[in-house]
Amino acid sequence: MSIDISLDLNGDAVSATVEERTLLASLLRDRFRLTGTHIGCDTSQCGACVVHVDGRSVKSCAMLAVQVDGCEVRTIEGLASDGVLHPMQQAFQDHHGLQCGFCTPGMIMSALDLVRHHPQPDEATVRRWLEGNLCRCTGYHNIVKAIIAGAKEMQKEMQKADRPDPTAAID
Amino acid sequence: MNSEDEASPKIDARTRSPIGVSILRREDIALTTGRGRFIEDIDRAHQAHALIVRSPYAHARILSIDTSEAMACPGVIEVLTWRDLAEDGIGPLVDENHVRGRGGERSVNTGHPLLAKDRVMFSGDPVALIVAERLSDALDAAECVLVDYEELPVVVDASAARESDAPCLWPQAPGNLALDWEAGDPEATQEAFAKAAHRTSLRIVNNRVIAAPMENRGVIAEFDESRGRYTIFTPTQGAGALLESIARSLGVGSASIHIITDDVGGAFGIKIRSYPEHVLIAWAAKRCARPVKWIAQRTESFISDGQGRDHLTFAELALDREGRFLAVRTRTLSNIGAYTTAESPTIPTVGGVRCLTGVYRIPAWHARTEVIFTNTVPVHAYRGAGKPEYNHVIERLVDAAARETGHDPADLRRRNVVRPEDMPFSTGTGIEFDSGEFATNMDDALLLADREGFDRRRRQAHRRGRLRGFGFALFQEPDGFLDNRVSLVFQPNGDLRISLTGQGAGHGHATTFAQVAGDRLGIPIESVHVLQGDSDLIGPGQGTGGSRTATVAAMGVTLAAQAIIERGKRIAARALSAPEEEIHFSDGVFTAIGTNRSIALPDVVYASFKADTLPDSNEIGLQATSHYHAKKYNYPCGCHVCEVEIDPQTGELEIVRYSAVNDHGVAINPMLVEGQVHGGIAQGLGQALFENVVYDPDSGQILSGSFMDYTLPRADDLPSFRFRRNCVPARTNPLGVKGVGESGCTAACPTVINAIVDALAPFKVEHIDMPVTPERLWKACAPARAGAGPSAISSKERA
Repeated sequence: MSIDISLDLNGDAVSATVEERTLLASLLRDRFRLTGTHIGCDTSQCGACVVHVDGRSVKSCAMLAVQVDGCEVRTIEGLASDGVLHPMQQAFQDHHGLQCGFCTPGMIMSALDLVRHHPQPDEATVRRWLEGNLCRCTGYHNIVKAIIAGAKEMQKEMQKADRPDPTAAID
Repeated sequence: MNSEDEASPKIDARTRSPIGVSILRREDIALTTGRGRFIEDIDRAHQAHALIVRSPYAHARILSIDTSEAMACPGVIEVLTWRDLAEDGIGPLVDENHVRGRGGERSVNTGHPLLAKDRVMFSGDPVALIVAERLSDALDAAECVLVDYEELPVVVDASAARESDAPCLWPQAPGNLALDWEAGDPEATQEAFAKAAHRTSLRIVNNRVIAAPMENRGVIAEFDESRGRYTIFTPTQGAGALLESIARSLGVGSASIHIITDDVGGAFGIKIRSYPEHVLIAWAAKRCARPVKWIAQRTESFISDGQGRDHLTFAELALDREGRFLAVRTRTLSNIGAYTTAESPTIPTVGGVRCLTGVYRIPAWHARTEVIFTNTVPVHAYRGAGKPEYNHVIERLVDAAARETGHDPADLRRRNVVRPEDMPFSTGTGIEFDSGEFATNMDDALLLADREGFDRRRRQAHRRGRLRGFGFALFQEPDGFLDNRVSLVFQPNGDLRISLTGQGAGHGHATTFAQVAGDRLGIPIESVHVLQGDSDLIGPGQGTGGSRTATVAAMGVTLAAQAIIERGKRIAARALSAPEEEIHFSDGVFTAIGTNRSIALPDVVYASFKADTLPDSNEIGLQATSHYHAKKYNYPCGCHVCEVEIDPQTGELEIVRYSAVNDHGVAINPMLVEGQVHGGIAQGLGQALFENVVYDPDSGQILSGSFMDYTLPRADDLPSFRFRRNCVPARTNPLGVKGVGESGCTAACPTVINAIVDALAPFKVEHIDMPVTPERLWKACAPARAGAGPSAISSKERA
């Protein structure tokens, strides 16, 4: 049986007809060609497929497409705007936080959810938070550095924009 | 052109930008924005999907294969078996190995059947290939392929495979011996042991691991009937390196194969060669007259990616009364799995044994290795491929010897290392050290790690009920051998296109080699474009592996740039109305010596495309191809230091500090060099503490076949690393570059094991094998729990 769903995908209202068994990762990759969301394992261990659903990080290989009906979904492709990298993306480049780049989209999406909870995380917090994301290239050293630096940059931008504290909404 | 290393002009690379500058990677914009192009991201119009039916048994006779029910499944296009391969004349995959054994005999080369005919040799061996409209159709049909197996006795362990009652897997390999190899001088070694004041012996397991790049393997192939050509998209370590073997299996010339590699999601050695799937999917694409896509699932990677390591080594070191090393010898059993691969007999023999004497002066040595077949996944090259294994052996031996003889481990090493004044120094194992300050690396690393303060930290840990250990290891590895072909082609607009037979898989080639070209030619690196991964553009040639690309491709760029400058001088001479021998090139500008007349390289490039400005009209444009073939290795080296804490109540281990001092010669991009070391350390610590491919000895089933069961290190398992780079330029290439890719994992295993043994030393633990899991540690800590605990040790120390 096929089911019609509608969602906000990176700011665009979209709809799709999906099978019940279709995974969110497949919906994003196969239907919308958003191939930045990667599939690196089949047991929800690697975290290369992390996206945001209603602002929270989820492993899109462990969620059905029908579950995001009416939700806001944000993928790695939705971060940079007008050709300018998001501060977290820029921090990954600045601190050599990626080598092959396969785990990177999931790492960045996880990192953004971390910053939502811990605007200025220390090293131990970052390392603990990343327990759901595997990287085989970097030894995590530069990923941790990048996330701490990215979080600082986001704070600065927030202050510049004089926007409210992003954590205020979290209970 | 080809180079003689010694004859090449000396280049002082360090004084000139942009070599030596940590330029940010140009690869990163696509990769951080989700616009990388990994194999699964590629789709071809009208493509079908393939699935491989694999053997569930580790060793079995195939009585029959019935595909009729699967063929009738919805969406199924083809269900193919060995019979179809035979009809089409598609051969097995053969990557021959040429190492010779003790009697001069060649190693047994099995080849790898693409689809099993009458026997499966490991759990995961391909049996049938399904091509269907959708992957889900193929998955459903796989359930309907009926294979009648008769189970055969299984052997998964190298020692067990050598027992007289073990099943013989290959008739041409009695005793399951693919190769019986030895090197060195057994008599001189025996003599040295006979007169030694002290002998240290260890039995060392180098556990089997998987490379586990985050991107799984995959192949998309299509066949162009009108041109008779296959196009194969697949992640590799050099598209040109696979041409020959795939062509041979398909029964065509290599000109009929076009391999395209786009972004590669990690490789670590296992993507350097062809796999059965490359040939199978290309063949299926031709048969179906459609593009065919196959992507391995992670579970499938665990039973089909080449695996790494798996050595059991009995090792001995002989010392005289003063602690001088007299001799070292090893006897190694190497488990290479069910089929030979191009590298598997080389790794535990000529490849790895070069590192047997480490960084030390050891007058006599002898190594014997038995290369053994078992019913396990075939072994491929994995990061280091023999170098980590034998560095581990010697550094464990040296540390154990220090403990047994009461020497300080740093003093004992200092007494025996090859000193700069000894160089060039030949170890006799195939290594000739040209440069490197091994003792200085050690002193610097011990300082960086604050060895002085360790006793205090240990006492504090003991008071907290935790054991604390301090260990270190020196390393060296021969890198940069073999070749790369590099072409530099200027475009009329002044842009430079570099094509490489090497292939980045996270290394940053597009940045690194643009830096080298920018440096050599004095042009902005923004105008340099690096192409790799298209066999039609780069042609056949060695890919990336063995930590060679920084050396051989940078030298290739350098030599091609020199040829371009020479030709540019002739064009500039005409433009400047000066004799050619009076044209000087520097920083991108040709100048007529003694005049103020000059012409910039981009203008010379422009002129080179205009026939009337050329000195000879039959060659247009400005380009050169070089084929740098290194005649000598370079030797990255260093010292790593690790400090661990162990909770004797739970066996939990924490790496509290990790420091590394590495010498990679001249670093083209220091940030990328350091990144390579970090990643290597993590893989070494992974092998030492977490990772283990486990097979059930009775059934041969892999018991660690997913990320649920096989532990890759995670961020909170590892510390941040303290890193310092010592730079002693290599003398074996004019750029002074040394390799880097494998160094981290070469150093990390003995470093952390030495630290753990140090922590457990109060309980007379002399050695502990990898992976040092909490269970293994908890058992080793039994005496601590029985009363002789850390606080007891501490009070004894105070007394």
